[in-house]
Amino acid sequence: MADKMATREAYGQVLLELGEQYDNLVVMDADLSGSTKTKDFGKKYPERFYNMGIAEQDLMGAAAGLALSGKIVCASSFAMFAAGRAFEVIRNSIGYTGANVKICATHAGITVGEDGASHQTFEDLAIMRTIPGMTVLCPSDGPSAKALIRQAVAMDGPCYIRLGRSAVPNVYAEDEELTIGKGVTLREGLAVTLAATGIMVDAALKAADILAGEGIDARVIDLHTIKPLDEDIVIKAAMETGGIVTCEEHSVIGGLGSAVASVLATKCPTRMAMVGQQDTFGESGKPAELLEKYHLTADDIAAAARTIVHGR
Amino acid sequence: METYELEKIARDVRRTVLQEVHAAGSGHPGGSLSAADIMTALYFEVMNIDPQDPAKEDRDKFVLSKGHAAPVLYAVLAHRGFFPVEDCLTLRKIGSRFQGHPNMHKVPGVEMSTGSLGQGFSVAVGMALAAKTDHPDSRVYALLGDGEIQEGIIWEAAMAAAHYHLSNMTAIVDWNGLQIDGRNDDVMTVRPIDEKFKAFGWNVILCDGHDMAAVVDALKASAACKDKPTAIIASTHKGQGVSFMTDDPGWHGKAPDDEQFARAMEELGGEA
Repeated sequence: MADKMATREAYGQVLLELGEQYDNLVVMDADLSGSTKTKDFGKKYPERFYNMGIAEQDLMGAAAGLALSGKIVCASSFAMFAAGRAFEVIRNSIGYTGANVKICATHAGITVGEDGASHQTFEDLAIMRTIPGMTVLCPSDGPSAKALIRQAVAMDGPCYIRLGRSAVPNVYAEDEELTIGKGVTLREGLAVTLAATGIMVDAALKAADILAGEGIDARVIDLHTIKPLDEDIVIKAAMETGGIVTCEEHSVIGGLGSAVASVLATKCPTRMAMVGQQDTFGESGKPAELLEKYHLTADDIAAAARTIVHGR
Repeated sequence: METYELEKIARDVRRTVLQEVHAAGSGHPGGSLSAADIMTALYFEVMNIDPQDPAKEDRDKFVLSKGHAAPVLYAVLAHRGFFPVEDCLTLRKIGSRFQGHPNMHKVPGVEMSTGSLGQGFSVAVGMALAAKTDHPDSRVYALLGDGEIQEGIIWEAAMAAAHYHLSNMTAIVDWNGLQIDGRNDDVMTVRPIDEKFKAFGWNVILCDGHDMAAVVDALKASAACKDKPTAIIASTHKGQGVSFMTDDPGWHGKAPDDEQFARAMEELGGEA
């Protein structure tokens, strides 16, 4: 078993299994099937695979048409173009109609790496979660990506699933069961909570190790479902630990940090810090270099946690 | 159905359009009236549909990609028996099923929620992809505005329909020559529409969109093309049937006042 895998690889693998399970599952892509990992599904089930060419708007419109005709549709492109370019088609033809389309968007965030700013989206979670009825998922590793995609395909209605390009360490065991809408407490602690999503879950666990060395007992929760957000786990963590650091490979505007802040501001005002992309575009570089430059590392999370703990 | 019967229904449909828009105090009469003959031909002569069973599996599907022509879609569905005609006179009122642009979950017979231009056509391509494997005898029809084809997604979808040989699909372009800001030719030239669709790999049929027999023939002929999707470029007049609305872009999205409404109804051979 690989202990490191990109979530897009997990997507490609789980599609093959789901294709067998669901006769009405179709997969669509926009000329990126080698990168989004839908290609293998296309080889195995050519009659259920549609390459729509470099045309993300039509990808989403046609996905809606197939879904409204009884298909379960997984529609893939890079997150920048799936969520960004096709936003209004998703909003009106998939969201407003409740079409059963799973938008499986890969290459999200800064870890796209060398392709640079034009391809690094930090806005997708923010815009997707504003669409009524849209379930928004951000798995942290291969096993959780598989578990969440299986559930997304089993449920009716639109889903946005954020996947990454780079291999990331496994946080979960291969057969882990996760539930959409239910966060996971990965590490208990009472001094502060590190609430993370996506690849930042692993960084948050590492940050908790750093903090433990300083006598700071940090809780780590994985909020793999951005919408509907698990408010209970957030409020419980706020009440029990008194401070929350949100950690995301996404803009601090509109993503996990904003979602958690909305819950806390209205239901349980709590000290917060947000680790995420700070309202700036990215650039080319190796993923690890970029994570460091844009302050998205375990050290950055630990530093944010200290400001909360020592600021009391 | 005989042509004269279809023409009579189209007149009734036009009257209902005006009643809806007048009652609403807003809406889109111009592009509804230009499409009234096409819509009547589709729903009363061409499409395999059942008002008693709007979701029947092997039905033909129609997508109003130019969703602002909702009044004519509601009118034709009402006259076809999907719901009482008086129901759609609640158009655009709060709490009404009859939204300013169609909502598929509120009105029986509406296949797709449209309004944002270009998207209905793309969705129709998806429906045709699904029908090709699941219901090979059913067809998908989409009505496009001429201004609407300025949207980029139209040409993405046109390319895909030809690529996937969607011969089970017919697009009708309601070519009335006008859009909100004026003539297509002044705002953004769409000519030559027929050559564009041909270049994108479509079978193209030209017809007079107000000649009922010609419209029916064109729609039926589109089903005979077995390797390509068909685009019917229907020459129409915005506001057709009401003299003072005809070919005037000012009637794209405006309701008649009481006096104008009475005159229009009179011209269409009925009481207001």
